[in-house]
Amino acid sequence: MAVSDRERHEGASTLNVRVIPRLDIKGPNLVKGIHFEGLRVLGRPEDFARRYYEDGADELVYMDVVASLYGRNSLLDIVERTSKEVFIPLTVGGGLRSPDDIRRVLRAGADKVAINTAAIARPELIREASRAFGSSTIVVSIEAIRRPDGTYEAYVDYGRQSTDVDAIEWAKRAVDLGAGELLVTSIEQDGTGRGLDLELTRAIAAAVPIPVIAAGGAGRVAHVSDVIARGAADAVCVASLLHYHYARQAPFDAGNFQHEGNVEHLRRRAGFGNVEEATLADIKEHLLAQGIGCRRPETQSLTAVERA
Amino acid sequence: MSTLAAPRVTAAVVDYGLGNLFSVRQACEHAGMEVVVTACGDAMATLRRLDLVHVLRDIAVSDKPLIGICLGIQLLMSESHEFGVHRGLGVIEGGVVRLAAARQGARDIKVPQVQWNRIFRPNDGRPPGDPWAATPLAGVADGQFMYFAHSYHVQPTDPAVTVSVSRYGDVEFCSALRRRNVFASQFHPERSGMPGLQVYRNIARAVTRGRGESAA
Repeated sequence: MAVSDRERHEGASTLNVRVIPRLDIKGPNLVKGIHFEGLRVLGRPEDFARRYYEDGADELVYMDVVASLYGRNSLLDIVERTSKEVFIPLTVGGGLRSPDDIRRVLRAGADKVAINTAAIARPELIREASRAFGSSTIVVSIEAIRRPDGTYEAYVDYGRQSTDVDAIEWAKRAVDLGAGELLVTSIEQDGTGRGLDLELTRAIAAAVPIPVIAAGGAGRVAHVSDVIARGAADAVCVASLLHYHYARQAPFDAGNFQHEGNVEHLRRRAGFGNVEEATLADIKEHLLAQGIGCRRPETQSLTAVERA
Repeated sequence: MSTLAAPRVTAAVVDYGLGNLFSVRQACEHAGMEVVVTACGDAMATLRRLDLVHVLRDIAVSDKPLIGICLGIQLLMSESHEFGVHRGLGVIEGGVVRLAAARQGARDIKVPQVQWNRIFRPNDGRPPGDPWAATPLAGVADGQFMYFAHSYHVQPTDPAVTVSVSRYGDVEFCSALRRRNVFASQFHPERSGMPGLQVYRNIARAVTRGRGESAA
C-alpha cells in the first residue's frame, strides 16, 4: 500500500500562504490599471472568478473602484451571482461606509468586507463592524504611497486622495479597533508588474499580530515568493499576473462589455509587457519549490467523492 | 458540478447575527436542500434572546441532524473562554481555548488562523476501517485542505467524538466532531471548494434518510 496522506504530510508546514486573485471592478466590468489609473476593461468579473475558483484560487477579492466616489451598487448583483458558483471565501470592498452597507454586501454573499476610505474618515467603523459581524469578517485595506522620507502615507478613494495618515501607525490602530486582517497595497507598484513593495509589507507585518495580505505589483511568480519570504506576507493578491492570460483566452465579444470602458486592449488580444503571465498552478508550484507551504491546486479534486 | 437530484429537504439555518449565512445557504441549495433561515451580536446572548437555546438542545437529543460550523462548533461545547468564561449550549462536553501564537521556522504562527489547512483522521488507535465512512466527511480524502478562519478551538472531553484533527504550529486540535446526529466543524465546508460541498451533499443525504446516524 502506498504511503498514507498522513505520513506523507507529517512534518510538513502547517502554514499555507493564500494566493488571492484581486478583481478590480468598474460598473459591470473587470478592469486593471497602472497605479490605479488608465483602467483597461478585461472582461466580466464573474467569468474570471469562476475560472480562478476552478483553478485553485484560495480566496477572491472584489474591489469596486468607483463606489467610493459615486456610491454605485451594481456590485451587489455581481457578488450574488459569483457566490452561487464560487465556493471559496470572497472579500468585497469599495465604497462601504456603514455597518448597513457591510450587512448588504454580506447578505449578497461576501464572506468578508474590505474597508478603507470610510474607516480612515471614522475609525470607530472598524470597531462597530467587528463587533457586529466578527473580526474575521473585517479586512482593513491600506493603500499606501511612499513619502520622500521613506515613510508611507495611507491614501483613500482608490488612490486619489492623500490623508496625512501614516500607514504603519494606521495598521496598528486598525488592529486595536478589531480588524481581522489587513490588505496592504502599494499604489506605486500596482499594475506595474515590477514586484510588490517588500519594505511596506514587512514594516506592517512586523507591527501587527494579524494576517497581512500583500498586494500591488506582482508581475512574475518570483515576486509572489519574494513578498512572502522577504516581506513576511501571509497571503498575496495577484491581478495582472493572471488577468491578461485569461483575458486573451476568453472569446472576445465587445457586446459583452456594457457601458463605458477601454476595450481596445482586449480587442488587440495584447498581453502586458512587464508581466510574465502565469496560472494559479504555476504560482503554487513555484511556492512549493521554494519551500513555502500552500494548498496544491490538485487537492481541489476528491479521491473518492462518488464512492459514498 | 451538478446539483444532486434528491427529494427536496429542508435545512433550518440559525442566524445568530454573526457569520455568513448566504454562503451556507448557497452550499445547502447546491446540495439539494431547501433553506429556512430562522430569525436574525454576541452569539449565546442572541440564541437566548431568540429562545433558541432549548430548541437547539432539544434537536441535539432528537434524531434530526444538527450541524455547527466555525463559531457553531464552539457554541456546542459546555463552556468557552472567548470573551471571558461563558457557558455554551452544553451539547458536547468540553471547552474552547485560544490558539497559541508561535514561530515556525522564519515565520509567525498568527492568531487568528486564516488559511486553508489539512484535516486528518484521528490517529488514536481506533478500530481499523474508515472512521469517516458513516459521517458527513465520507468521501473526503485524509489530509484534505479546508478553509479555516478562527482564533479558538474546541477540546472535547471525550476523545471519541473527534472525527478530524488539524495542526497549526505545534498544536493538534479537533477540527470536526460528531456525536450521533450532531456534526460540527471548525472549518467552513461551504467555503472549501468541491470537498466542502461533498460534506453538504453527505448532510443532505442524511437528512433525506430522515436520520442523523448515517450520512454516507
